[in-house]
Amino acid sequence: MSKFGKKKKDVPAVNTAALPDIVFMLLFFFMVATTMRETTLQIKPPKLPSATEVKKLEHKSLVSTIYVGKSKNPSAGKGDKIQLNDKISGVNDVTNFIYSERDKHDAEEQKAMVTSIKADLKTNVGTISDIKHELRTINALKISYSSGTGDVSNNFK
Amino acid sequence: MAKRDIPEINAGSMADIAFLLLIFFLVTTTMDTDSGVFRKLPEIQPDNTEAPPVKMKNILEVNINRFDQLLIDEEEVKIEDVRQAAIDFIDNGGGTYEGKACDYCGGEKKEASSDHPGKAIIAVQTAQTTSYGMYISVQNELLAAYTELRNRYAKKYLTGKYKGLSYSDLLNLQKNDKENDDIKAALTKIKKAYPEILSDAEPIK
Repeated sequence: MSKFGKKKKDVPAVNTAALPDIVFMLLFFFMVATTMRETTLQIKPPKLPSATEVKKLEHKSLVSTIYVGKSKNPSAGKGDKIQLNDKISGVNDVTNFIYSERDKHDAEEQKAMVTSIKADLKTNVGTISDIKHELRTINALKISYSSGTGDVSNNFK
Repeated sequence: MAKRDIPEINAGSMADIAFLLLIFFLVTTTMDTDSGVFRKLPEIQPDNTEAPPVKMKNILEVNINRFDQLLIDEEEVKIEDVRQAAIDFIDNGGGTYEGKACDYCGGEKKEASSDHPGKAIIAVQTAQTTSYGMYISVQNELLAAYTELRNRYAKKYLTGKYKGLSYSDLLNLQKNDKENDDIKAALTKIKKAYPEILSDAEPIK
Protein backbone atom coordinates (compact mmCIF):
# COMPACT_ATOMS: atom_id res chain seq x y z
CA MET A 1 0.00 0.00 0.00
CA SER A 2 2.89 2.31 0.58
CA LYS A 3 3.36 2.38 -3.14
CA PHE A 4 0.24 4.48 -3.47
CA GLY A 5 0.94 6.60 -0.43
CA LYS A 6 4.18 7.83 -1.89
CA LYS A 7 2.43 9.38 -4.85
CA LYS A 8 0.70 12.02 -2.73
CA LYS A 9 2.31 15.35 -3.53
CA ASP A 10 1.53 19.02 -3.05
CA VAL A 11 -0.71 20.46 -5.77
CA PRO A 12 1.47 22.93 -7.67
CA ALA A 13 0.26 26.56 -7.56
CA VAL A 14 -1.49 27.65 -10.75
CA ASN A 15 0.51 30.31 -12.49
CA THR A 16 -1.62 33.44 -12.55
CA ALA A 17 0.94 35.72 -14.15
CA ALA A 18 -1.11 35.98 -17.33
CA LEU A 19 -4.31 36.86 -15.51
CA PRO A 20 -3.70 40.63 -15.57
CA ASP A 21 -3.08 40.41 -19.31
CA ILE A 22 -6.42 38.76 -19.87
CA VAL A 23 -8.23 41.25 -17.69
CA PHE A 24 -6.52 44.18 -19.40
CA MET A 25 -7.55 42.81 -22.73
CA LEU A 26 -11.18 42.71 -21.60
CA LEU A 27 -10.78 46.20 -20.16
CA PHE A 28 -9.51 47.62 -23.44
CA PHE A 29 -12.31 45.91 -25.32
CA PHE A 30 -14.92 47.58 -23.17
CA MET A 31 -13.17 50.94 -23.28
CA VAL A 32 -13.20 50.90 -27.06
CA ALA A 33 -16.56 49.29 -27.77
CA THR A 34 -18.75 51.25 -25.37
CA THR A 35 -19.60 54.84 -24.71
CA MET A 36 -20.14 56.70 -21.48
CA ARG A 37 -23.63 56.86 -20.07
CA GLU A 38 -24.42 60.53 -20.31
CA THR A 39 -27.71 61.00 -18.62
CA THR A 40 -29.64 59.56 -15.76
CA LEU A 41 -33.25 59.21 -16.67
CA GLN A 42 -35.71 61.38 -14.80
CA ILE A 43 -38.58 59.80 -16.66
CA LYS A 44 -39.64 56.19 -16.53
CA PRO A 45 -37.51 54.26 -19.03
CA PRO A 46 -39.41 54.71 -22.28
CA LYS A 47 -40.76 51.63 -23.99
CA LEU A 48 -39.60 52.31 -27.53
CA PRO A 49 -41.75 51.38 -30.52
CA SER A 50 -40.60 48.71 -32.92
CA ALA A 51 -40.24 49.29 -36.63
CA THR A 52 -38.80 47.52 -39.62
CA GLU A 53 -37.38 50.52 -41.49
CA VAL A 54 -34.77 51.45 -38.89
CA LYS A 55 -31.41 52.96 -39.56
CA LYS A 56 -28.46 53.01 -37.20
CA LEU A 57 -27.20 56.35 -35.96
CA GLU A 58 -23.59 56.47 -36.99
CA HIS A 59 -21.73 59.10 -35.01
CA LYS A 60 -22.76 59.08 -31.44
CA SER A 61 -21.27 62.48 -30.64
CA LEU A 62 -23.43 64.11 -33.31
CA VAL A 63 -26.65 62.81 -31.83
CA SER A 64 -28.65 64.88 -29.35
CA THR A 65 -31.23 62.85 -27.54
CA ILE A 66 -34.58 64.08 -26.32
CA TYR A 67 -36.45 61.77 -23.98
CA VAL A 68 -40.22 61.85 -23.71
CA GLY A 69 -42.28 59.89 -21.23
CA LYS A 70 -43.98 59.89 -17.87
CA SER A 71 -42.11 61.31 -14.90
CA LYS A 72 -40.60 58.95 -12.33
CA ASN A 73 -41.41 61.39 -9.61
CA PRO A 74 -45.18 61.58 -9.03
CA SER A 75 -44.96 65.14 -7.69
CA ALA A 76 -43.93 66.36 -11.15
CA GLY A 77 -47.48 65.70 -12.26
CA LYS A 78 -49.02 63.45 -14.82
CA GLY A 79 -48.76 63.84 -18.56
CA ASP A 80 -45.85 63.58 -20.93
CA LYS A 81 -42.58 65.06 -19.78
CA ILE A 82 -39.63 66.05 -21.91
CA GLN A 83 -36.17 65.38 -20.58
CA LEU A 84 -33.19 67.32 -21.90
CA ASN A 85 -29.77 66.51 -20.47
CA ASP A 86 -30.39 65.62 -16.86
CA LYS A 87 -33.59 67.40 -16.06
CA ILE A 88 -37.21 67.60 -17.08
CA SER A 89 -37.84 70.69 -19.16
CA GLY A 90 -40.57 72.45 -21.04
CA VAL A 91 -40.92 72.34 -24.78
CA ASN A 92 -39.54 75.90 -25.07
CA ASP A 93 -36.15 74.74 -23.78
CA VAL A 94 -35.68 72.44 -26.76
CA THR A 95 -34.23 75.25 -28.90
CA ASN A 96 -31.65 76.18 -26.26
CA PHE A 97 -30.77 72.54 -25.81
CA ILE A 98 -30.09 72.11 -29.51
CA TYR A 99 -28.07 75.34 -29.60
CA SER A 100 -25.89 74.11 -26.74
CA GLU A 101 -25.42 70.77 -28.49
CA ARG A 102 -24.44 72.58 -31.68
CA ASP A 103 -21.86 74.67 -29.85
CA LYS A 104 -19.85 71.53 -29.15
CA HIS A 105 -19.16 70.97 -32.84
CA ASP A 106 -17.72 72.98 -35.71
CA ALA A 107 -19.76 74.21 -38.65
CA GLU A 108 -18.98 71.23 -40.87
CA GLU A 109 -20.14 68.70 -38.29
CA GLN A 110 -23.23 70.69 -37.38
CA LYS A 111 -24.78 69.84 -40.73
CA ALA A 112 -24.64 66.14 -39.89
CA MET A 113 -26.23 66.50 -36.47
CA VAL A 114 -29.28 64.38 -35.78
CA THR A 115 -31.87 64.74 -33.06
CA SER A 116 -33.00 61.41 -31.69
CA ILE A 117 -36.41 61.36 -30.07
CA LYS A 118 -36.73 58.58 -27.53
CA ALA A 119 -40.36 58.53 -26.68
CA ASP A 120 -42.58 56.02 -24.97
CA LEU A 121 -45.18 54.14 -27.00
CA LYS A 122 -48.01 55.75 -25.08
CA THR A 123 -46.87 59.33 -25.56
CA ASN A 124 -49.30 61.66 -27.29
CA VAL A 125 -48.44 62.67 -30.82
CA GLY A 126 -49.26 66.25 -29.79
CA THR A 127 -46.18 66.37 -27.55
CA ILE A 128 -43.96 65.00 -30.30
CA SER A 129 -45.45 67.47 -32.74
CA ASP A 130 -44.65 70.38 -30.40
CA ILE A 131 -41.03 69.22 -30.22
CA LYS A 132 -40.87 68.89 -34.00
CA HIS A 133 -42.22 72.40 -34.36
CA GLU A 134 -39.48 73.77 -32.08
CA LEU A 135 -36.85 71.84 -34.03
CA ARG A 136 -38.11 73.27 -37.29
CA THR A 137 -37.86 76.84 -36.03
CA ILE A 138 -34.11 76.44 -35.55
CA ASN A 139 -33.54 74.30 -38.63
CA ALA A 140 -32.64 71.09 -36.82
CA LEU A 141 -34.40 69.07 -39.47
CA LYS A 142 -32.79 65.66 -39.23
CA ILE A 143 -34.62 63.57 -36.72
CA SER A 144 -34.76 59.95 -35.82
CA TYR A 145 -37.63 58.38 -33.95
CA SER A 146 -35.68 55.97 -31.82
CA SER A 147 -37.11 52.49 -32.13
CA GLY A 148 -36.14 48.89 -31.87
CA THR A 149 -36.15 46.42 -34.70
CA GLY A 150 -39.25 44.31 -34.89
CA ASP A 151 -42.67 44.00 -36.36
CA VAL A 152 -45.04 46.93 -35.89
CA SER A 153 -47.62 44.64 -34.33
CA ASN A 154 -45.45 44.77 -31.17
CA ASN A 155 -46.56 48.37 -30.78
CA PHE A 156 -50.11 47.42 -29.87
CA LYS A 157 -49.52 44.74 -27.27
CA MET B 1 31.46 44.81 -5.41
CA ALA B 2 28.77 42.57 -4.22
CA LYS B 3 26.45 41.77 -7.06
CA ARG B 4 22.93 41.87 -5.76
CA ASP B 5 19.83 40.44 -7.33
CA ILE B 6 17.16 43.01 -8.05
CA PRO B 7 14.15 41.84 -6.07
CA GLU B 8 11.20 40.87 -8.17
CA ILE B 9 8.23 43.23 -8.05
CA ASN B 10 5.18 41.49 -6.74
CA ALA B 11 2.60 41.66 -9.50
CA GLY B 12 0.03 39.60 -7.69
CA SER B 13 -2.37 42.51 -7.17
CA MET B 14 -2.13 43.76 -10.72
CA ALA B 15 -5.09 41.58 -11.62
CA ASP B 16 -7.11 43.16 -8.83
CA ILE B 17 -6.40 46.64 -10.13
CA ALA B 18 -7.30 45.62 -13.66
CA PHE B 19 -10.52 44.02 -12.48
CA LEU B 20 -11.44 47.16 -10.62
CA LEU B 21 -10.99 49.26 -13.76
CA LEU B 22 -12.87 46.70 -15.82
CA ILE B 23 -15.85 46.75 -13.49
CA PHE B 24 -15.82 50.55 -13.45
CA PHE B 25 -16.07 50.63 -17.24
CA LEU B 26 -18.73 47.94 -17.30
CA VAL B 27 -20.92 49.99 -15.01
CA THR B 28 -20.47 53.47 -16.44
CA THR B 29 -20.69 52.74 -20.14
CA THR B 30 -23.40 51.55 -22.47
CA MET B 31 -23.10 49.47 -25.53
CA ASP B 32 -26.41 50.01 -27.26
CA THR B 33 -26.14 51.90 -30.50
CA ASP B 34 -29.13 54.06 -31.12
CA SER B 35 -31.28 53.19 -34.09
CA GLY B 36 -34.52 54.61 -35.31
CA VAL B 37 -36.88 55.65 -38.06
CA PHE B 38 -35.23 58.47 -39.96
CA ARG B 39 -37.24 61.46 -41.13
CA LYS B 40 -36.38 64.88 -42.42
CA LEU B 41 -38.61 67.69 -41.25
CA PRO B 42 -39.74 70.30 -43.75
CA GLU B 43 -38.31 73.78 -43.46
CA ILE B 44 -40.56 76.46 -42.08
CA GLN B 45 -42.06 78.47 -44.92
CA PRO B 46 -42.64 82.18 -44.64
CA ASP B 47 -46.23 83.00 -43.73
CA ASN B 48 -47.18 84.44 -47.08
CA THR B 49 -46.14 81.36 -49.07
CA GLU B 50 -49.01 79.87 -50.92
CA ALA B 51 -49.28 76.13 -51.08
CA PRO B 52 -48.54 74.84 -54.57
CA PRO B 53 -51.65 73.66 -56.39
CA VAL B 54 -52.13 69.93 -55.91
CA LYS B 55 -54.96 67.88 -57.31
CA MET B 56 -56.96 66.04 -54.72
CA LYS B 57 -56.41 62.74 -56.47
CA ASN B 58 -52.68 63.09 -55.93
CA ILE B 59 -53.07 63.15 -52.16
CA LEU B 60 -53.54 60.04 -50.08
CA GLU B 61 -54.90 61.15 -46.76
CA VAL B 62 -54.06 58.88 -43.86
CA ASN B 63 -56.01 59.89 -40.81
CA ILE B 64 -55.35 58.51 -37.32
CA ASN B 65 -57.97 59.52 -34.82
CA ARG B 66 -57.62 59.82 -31.08
CA PHE B 67 -58.70 56.24 -30.55
CA ASP B 68 -55.87 55.09 -32.83
CA GLN B 69 -58.28 54.12 -35.60
CA LEU B 70 -57.11 54.50 -39.15
CA LEU B 71 -58.86 56.11 -42.07
CA ILE B 72 -57.39 56.12 -45.54
CA ASP B 73 -59.34 58.35 -47.91
CA GLU B 74 -62.38 58.17 -45.62
CA GLU B 75 -62.32 54.40 -45.38
CA GLU B 76 -61.52 52.54 -42.20
CA VAL B 77 -58.52 50.21 -42.56
CA LYS B 78 -56.26 48.11 -40.40
CA ILE B 79 -52.56 48.82 -39.95
CA GLU B 80 -51.67 45.72 -41.97
CA ASP B 81 -53.42 47.19 -45.01
CA VAL B 82 -51.62 50.54 -44.95
CA ARG B 83 -48.58 49.33 -46.84
CA GLN B 84 -50.54 47.88 -49.73
CA ALA B 85 -52.83 50.92 -49.90
CA ALA B 86 -49.79 53.19 -50.09
CA ILE B 87 -48.14 51.05 -52.77
CA ASP B 88 -51.30 51.01 -54.87
CA PHE B 89 -51.59 54.76 -54.56
CA ILE B 90 -47.95 55.67 -55.33
CA ASP B 91 -47.57 53.14 -58.08
CA ASN B 92 -50.83 53.96 -59.83
CA GLY B 93 -49.27 56.10 -62.55
CA GLY B 94 -52.51 57.23 -64.12
CA GLY B 95 -51.20 60.48 -65.57
CA THR B 96 -48.03 62.33 -66.44
CA TYR B 97 -45.26 64.12 -64.55
CA GLU B 98 -43.13 66.74 -66.28
CA GLY B 99 -44.81 65.66 -69.51
CA LYS B 100 -43.93 62.01 -69.18
CA ALA B 101 -46.11 59.08 -68.27
CA CYS B 102 -44.81 56.66 -65.68
CA ASP B 103 -43.43 53.78 -67.74
CA TYR B 104 -42.05 51.82 -64.76
CA CYS B 105 -45.21 51.90 -62.68
CA GLY B 106 -46.99 48.63 -62.11
CA GLY B 107 -50.27 50.12 -60.89
CA GLU B 108 -53.73 49.96 -62.30
CA LYS B 109 -53.55 53.42 -63.93
CA LYS B 110 -56.87 54.42 -62.41
CA GLU B 111 -58.22 57.84 -63.23
CA ALA B 112 -59.16 58.57 -59.62
CA SER B 113 -55.76 57.78 -58.08
CA SER B 114 -52.35 59.44 -58.34
CA ASP B 115 -50.80 60.62 -61.61
CA HIS B 116 -47.20 59.71 -61.04
CA PRO B 117 -44.91 58.69 -58.13
CA GLY B 118 -43.29 62.12 -58.43
CA LYS B 119 -46.60 63.78 -57.70
CA ALA B 120 -48.13 61.37 -55.20
CA ILE B 121 -48.28 62.93 -51.77
CA ILE B 122 -49.11 60.98 -48.65
CA ALA B 123 -50.45 63.21 -45.91
CA VAL B 124 -50.66 61.92 -42.36
CA GLN B 125 -53.16 63.64 -40.14
CA THR B 126 -53.21 62.81 -36.46
CA ALA B 127 -55.15 63.95 -33.43
CA GLN B 128 -53.48 65.52 -30.41
CA THR B 129 -53.90 62.39 -28.32
CA THR B 130 -53.08 59.76 -30.93
CA SER B 131 -50.54 57.38 -29.44
CA TYR B 132 -46.96 57.66 -30.55
CA GLY B 133 -46.75 53.91 -31.11
CA MET B 134 -49.53 54.06 -33.67
CA TYR B 135 -48.01 57.09 -35.36
CA ILE B 136 -44.62 55.37 -35.72
CA SER B 137 -46.29 52.22 -37.00
CA VAL B 138 -48.00 54.17 -39.76
CA GLN B 139 -44.80 56.06 -40.62
CA ASN B 140 -42.97 52.76 -40.74
CA GLU B 141 -45.53 51.14 -43.02
CA LEU B 142 -45.43 54.12 -45.38
CA LEU B 143 -41.63 54.07 -45.51
CA ALA B 144 -41.78 50.31 -46.07
CA ALA B 145 -44.06 50.91 -49.04
CA TYR B 146 -41.49 53.22 -50.60
CA THR B 147 -38.71 50.74 -49.88
CA GLU B 148 -40.67 47.95 -51.52
CA LEU B 149 -41.31 50.00 -54.65
CA ARG B 150 -37.70 51.15 -54.80
CA ASN B 151 -36.46 47.58 -54.41
CA ARG B 152 -38.63 46.48 -57.28
CA TYR B 153 -37.53 49.38 -59.46
CA ALA B 154 -33.83 48.77 -58.70
CA LYS B 155 -34.02 45.07 -59.51
CA LYS B 156 -35.70 45.76 -62.81
CA TYR B 157 -33.98 48.85 -64.13
CA LEU B 158 -30.45 49.02 -62.75
CA THR B 159 -27.81 48.25 -65.32
CA GLY B 160 -24.06 47.80 -65.23
CA LYS B 161 -22.32 46.42 -62.18
CA TYR B 162 -25.28 46.83 -59.86
CA LYS B 163 -27.64 44.91 -62.11
CA GLY B 164 -30.05 42.76 -60.16
CA LEU B 165 -29.40 44.38 -56.80
CA SER B 166 -32.22 45.87 -54.78
CA TYR B 167 -32.35 49.28 -53.16
CA SER B 168 -31.70 47.78 -49.72
CA ASP B 169 -28.66 45.92 -51.07
CA LEU B 170 -27.29 49.19 -52.40
CA LEU B 171 -27.81 50.90 -49.04
CA ASN B 172 -25.86 48.09 -47.40
CA LEU B 173 -23.09 48.49 -49.95
CA GLN B 174 -22.96 52.19 -49.27
CA LYS B 175 -22.42 51.56 -45.57
CA ASN B 176 -19.04 49.99 -46.29
CA ASP B 177 -18.10 52.36 -49.07
CA LYS B 178 -19.39 55.82 -48.27
CA GLU B 179 -17.62 57.85 -50.96
CA ASN B 180 -18.45 55.62 -53.90
CA ASP B 181 -19.99 57.87 -56.56
CA ASP B 182 -21.38 54.97 -58.59
CA ILE B 183 -23.51 53.82 -55.68
CA LYS B 184 -24.59 57.39 -55.01
CA ALA B 185 -25.64 57.83 -58.63
CA ALA B 186 -27.60 54.59 -58.60
CA LEU B 187 -29.35 55.55 -55.36
CA THR B 188 -30.21 58.99 -56.70
CA LYS B 189 -31.72 57.41 -59.77
CA ILE B 190 -33.91 55.12 -57.69
CA LYS B 191 -34.93 57.93 -55.36
CA LYS B 192 -35.87 60.06 -58.32
CA ALA B 193 -38.14 57.33 -59.64
CA TYR B 194 -39.90 56.99 -56.30
CA PRO B 195 -39.32 60.15 -54.28
CA GLU B 196 -40.44 60.00 -50.68
CA ILE B 197 -43.18 62.59 -50.31
CA LEU B 198 -44.63 62.26 -46.85
CA SER B 199 -46.31 65.16 -45.19
CA ASP B 200 -47.26 65.57 -41.55
CA ALA B 201 -50.15 67.82 -40.77
CA GLU B 202 -50.44 69.61 -37.43
CA PRO B 203 -52.46 67.45 -35.04
CA ILE B 204 -56.11 68.36 -34.61
CA LYS B 205 -56.66 69.84 -31.18
